[in-house]
Amino acid sequence: MEYFIELFLSGLTRGSIYALIALGYTMVYGIIQLINFAHGEIYMIGAFVALIVAGVCTIYGFAGVSVLIIAAIAAVIYASAYGYTLEKIAYRPLRGAPRLSPLISAIGMSIFLQNYVLLAQTSDFLPFPRLIPDFEFMEPVAHIIGSPELVILVTTVVTMILLTLLIKKTKVGKAMRATQQDMSMARLVGINVDRIISLTFVIGSALAAIGGVLVASYIGQVNFYIGFLAGVKAFTAAVLGGIGSIPGAVLGGLVLGLTESFAAGYVSSDYEDVFAFGLLVLILILRPAGILGKARKQKV
Amino acid sequence: MKKFTVLLSSMALFLSLAANGFAADTIKLGVAGPHSGDLAPYGIPAMKAAQLVVKKINAAGGVLGKQVELLIQDDQCKPEIATNTATKLVTDGADVVLGHICSGATKAALGIYNDARIPVMSPSATNPGLTQTGDYPNFFRTIASDDMQAQLAVDFAINNLKVKKVAVLHDKGDYGKGFAEFAKKYLDESGKVEVVLFEGITPGAMDYSSIVQKVRREKAEALIFGGYHPEASKLVSQMARKRLKTLFISDDGVKDASFLKVAGAAADGAYVTGPLDLSKVPLNAAAIAEFKAEYGADPGAFFQEGYSAALALLNAIEQAGSTDYDAVTNALRTKYVETPVGNVKFDSKGDAEGVGFAMYKVENGAFAEVK
Repeated sequence: MEYFIELFLSGLTRGSIYALIALGYTMVYGIIQLINFAHGEIYMIGAFVALIVAGVCTIYGFAGVSVLIIAAIAAVIYASAYGYTLEKIAYRPLRGAPRLSPLISAIGMSIFLQNYVLLAQTSDFLPFPRLIPDFEFMEPVAHIIGSPELVILVTTVVTMILLTLLIKKTKVGKAMRATQQDMSMARLVGINVDRIISLTFVIGSALAAIGGVLVASYIGQVNFYIGFLAGVKAFTAAVLGGIGSIPGAVLGGLVLGLTESFAAGYVSSDYEDVFAFGLLVLILILRPAGILGKARKQKV
Repeated sequence: MKKFTVLLSSMALFLSLAANGFAADTIKLGVAGPHSGDLAPYGIPAMKAAQLVVKKINAAGGVLGKQVELLIQDDQCKPEIATNTATKLVTDGADVVLGHICSGATKAALGIYNDARIPVMSPSATNPGLTQTGDYPNFFRTIASDDMQAQLAVDFAINNLKVKKVAVLHDKGDYGKGFAEFAKKYLDESGKVEVVLFEGITPGAMDYSSIVQKVRREKAEALIFGGYHPEASKLVSQMARKRLKTLFISDDGVKDASFLKVAGAAADGAYVTGPLDLSKVPLNAAAIAEFKAEYGADPGAFFQEGYSAALALLNAIEQAGSTDYDAVTNALRTKYVETPVGNVKFDSKGDAEGVGFAMYKVENGAFAEVK
């Protein structure tokens, strides 16, 4: 039983990170039907910014959780700026172009950002400081759930509650929902659609950056390539849950994380990915739009 | 066009005549390996090593009173080209061959040399089958084969660490999986140790906590990991996070400064195998100094092994008193020779004795050899 709980918590941790990144994919897709392949790179950039800021903070004598908070805030701001710029230079000029064009532009940006970090930083793996300290009260259960996992779970839950409030309760959220439903109609009723799209990118990037900081301080290393694999997994989670649906992304992330963890724990970690992607295939056969996705009617 | 062809063929004829003209009274050392293409960095240092050795030996009067002549052929590490290379060297009358570099190319070429009864020595082909199958009695190497690391790791775990239950993990790559499979084989054969887990992990995955929990559940006393340092540092960090005291044993791919840097304190107490420390071998420093004086740069991969192979081959001819195949291979197997990789002779299968790996332990953020 203890083993089951261990695997469950490990899957939950992994899944909540997938969910954080998947939200960015799904929100962007919901509004402009674009798969933002450069999203994984934003996650990676978030981790790198946190690494640099944490280094500077330590020099200036900050310690403990304060470093984590400062680094995370810096990462969020920086990554949001990247997301905003990305949309502005790579996607906005292509609005109205055939759907394939922004997709190719997204792949291009992904390759560009990876190589930019590779050249500007290093191709090596870099140690990431253990920004999440081991809490005293967690020690008795540390072998089941460590402090970093706890921090990751709590942070994701809080972030998702805030995101839900933003979308359901605020005026901006209403505008986002309106834009998602019908872009030209939203424009007609006076919503600045371009600004809403920018905002979507900013929010998605901020979530990815939070994920990046959490993961990096959990596993203790960063590299210019980490965004690619995380991006693939998060994209899978978004599709699994139903791309375009926000609760779907969260659910998809958790389902994917738990599947991987249980597959590794009870079967073999050789087949971790086989189970994860097998599940994806199965769900897409039964529900082509994903678990919570709504099939859009295509008018031909 | 016709004129050009005539010119070309007459030039070729002239060149071959010239080569035959000098052929009579030299010892011919063939050198084969990738000297062009993307794997050239693995072949060129051994070629330069051969040139340095030959230059030095010729200056000192040659072998058996004859000058040594180099026959250098490029195989680009491709098996299909390596067979042509081998045929060319055989036709050109090579007495011994230094090469090839890549295991695949070496394997393709060996049969041709074997039929022509030419001893071959590779500075770098580590595939275990090349020597262990016994198919190629003409083959020798100055580098340890891939399975020696696994053998060392297993012996160490059994004899020094005295563990009874071992988990074996790998990164699903050729190198890591090969190491892990050999380790499992030797563990099973020992009969003293139970392999409780044998699995591959996905390189680059976000976390390995599920597999770490599995290692705990199986109550493994030691974890043998085949792979490279990024995954190894992730594993040891997560084991530390989960308060797991399992001993960590890994391979040369982990014996890297990055492992110490990235894993930090979690790396302490980890065991890794790595090549023997050659800095105390006198000829090693001399060979590197020779290279630096000639080329003004640090030698690349397999330079020492190439240098040693050239020395060993020419020494064997000297000891045998002729270039006769049986006499030369016998000399290689019985007479010790002082080389940059140590004082070596070759066992019956062709592997160099006294060449290989040592066990290192991470202590206070550095690798220390375990005696």
